[in-house]
Amino acid sequence: MLNLSLKQLSTLLESKKISSVELTREFLKRVEILNQEYNAFITVNEEMSLDQAYVADTMIASGEACPLTGIPIAHKDIFCTKGWLTTCGSKMLSNFISPYDAHVIERFNMTGTVNIGKTNMDEFAMGSSNETSFYGSVKNPWDITTVPGGSSGGSACAVAARMAPAATGTDTGGSIRQPAALCGVSGIKPTYGLVSRYGMIAFASSLDQGGAIAKSAADLALMLNVMVGFDARDSTSLQRDKEDYTRDLEKPLEGLRIGLPKEYFAEGMSDDVSRGVDAAITEYNKLGAKMVEVSLPNTKLSIPVYYVLAPAEASSNLSRFDGVRYGHRALKYADLDDMYEKSRAQGFGAEVKRRILIGTYVLSHGYYDAYYIKAQKLRRLIAQDFAEVFKQCEIVMGPTSSTVAFALGERSNDPLQMYLSDTYTAAASLAGLPGMSIPAGFGNRSRPVGLHIIGNYFSEAHMLNVAHQYQQVTDWHTRMPEITKV
Amino acid sequence: MSLVLEDVKLVANLARIKISDEEARTTLDQLTGIFYLIEQMQEVDTSTIVPMSHAQDVVQRLRMDVVTEVDQHELFQSLAPQVEGGLYLVPKVIE
Repeated sequence: MLNLSLKQLSTLLESKKISSVELTREFLKRVEILNQEYNAFITVNEEMSLDQAYVADTMIASGEACPLTGIPIAHKDIFCTKGWLTTCGSKMLSNFISPYDAHVIERFNMTGTVNIGKTNMDEFAMGSSNETSFYGSVKNPWDITTVPGGSSGGSACAVAARMAPAATGTDTGGSIRQPAALCGVSGIKPTYGLVSRYGMIAFASSLDQGGAIAKSAADLALMLNVMVGFDARDSTSLQRDKEDYTRDLEKPLEGLRIGLPKEYFAEGMSDDVSRGVDAAITEYNKLGAKMVEVSLPNTKLSIPVYYVLAPAEASSNLSRFDGVRYGHRALKYADLDDMYEKSRAQGFGAEVKRRILIGTYVLSHGYYDAYYIKAQKLRRLIAQDFAEVFKQCEIVMGPTSSTVAFALGERSNDPLQMYLSDTYTAAASLAGLPGMSIPAGFGNRSRPVGLHIIGNYFSEAHMLNVAHQYQQVTDWHTRMPEITKV
Repeated sequence: MSLVLEDVKLVANLARIKISDEEARTTLDQLTGIFYLIEQMQEVDTSTIVPMSHAQDVVQRLRMDVVTEVDQHELFQSLAPQVEGGLYLVPKVIE
């Protein structure tokens, strides 16, 4: 049951071999047993989950089932979910029962999926290890002394430990792809603008994009079929014809040109990750793809640019948390300014404060041009690099993360080292391009290696095809960590 | 350029985050490292480049000037730290 694909689960539900209530109970039981150790979920609400399961069973019984009806899905705690505690991993929102649903949640509800719980995450999605969560670190199920990656670490852990068949996530600079890589699961961040940001708590609005984490590319395609869609309440939501993301899965890869950016294969990548990526490339050669050496010359600037633009946008977005309308308010204060200052000092953790301060600084008088505008100009150069590369190939590949999962605490006191975790993922985010990570074997101490796949704008169906064909000839995506407790 | 302690305190004040002297000193060390990385941006000549503010070239959508939201102030205010008579309470700002 635990390793079944979304399609297989759907078939079981539709043929009434299992009910959604039974399936939901099964996963809730597993969450109850495993979450104490892994801390992948911030909120589990059996009653609300089962209510949705009953509704799903009614839909199935009356022949109104959609492809994912009745399937339990875990949602990152960044998505506002009506009636559910929605914390964004922060003390600031530790009392926030959302009065409304995010667009993504509305779409899952319409489909009749079951919310199996809200997953842990780095506070306000700021982090690459899940260690900045107010609710404590998530453990990587492959090795509980290591981090699951972040910021969607709870979602990646939940899927890796089979506590949920699939999960939602969000990616601003790598927050879906990096945890997917470190937890040995598949993750996709679609083209910016495809998934509505309505009700998705904002970090850096020009970069934030919802996406999915699942066991396989085929499952991700089904998740995108639900999540992608126009929403007038997000001013950057794109109006496009509906796509079926499963349509190209079975196409052969003969003649596919895969670009390997020389900057991604230069120094910095650890030997074990390099071996995993090289082996994957060999598989792609066997599948009929041709490798092309390409160059993304401004790669090394993507981290500096990202750490100017994302904090700048964050400092503006997070100004709404002032202790007036919702969220944490300090108990004692002298006047209005003191109330703001204390509420924010108490409600935000160290990493969030650090980024607000960086952002406020780069936007302040006298530094705006030197930092913010400069970073926006370099952002264009980074996007142009990709435009050049996509004249020579259809897909870009490389490592998702320079190392396998690192130890808890190893980078948490060194923000700079932590920021460099996003080296390979931030560039695609800045360009607004879709990116994926899929399991590509294991590195040192049997920790998962992720293969990074970047495509051109709106090429998700093709990327999923590329990933799916690899998953037809390898079995890395079917491997699961040994869990003795259950 | 290099950051000094006063910069950190000024920025914290602008961002309305209370910060102790000790926190400001730790923050200064960390920000100095981060800005050292950020300074790499200055190595590239961008004088002819147009800033990119957004990933997609889209035009802002317009909508009809009609009310689309329903009144939910009671629901929303049920989440507020302090409310009275349908108003959010904050410390007095005008004497």
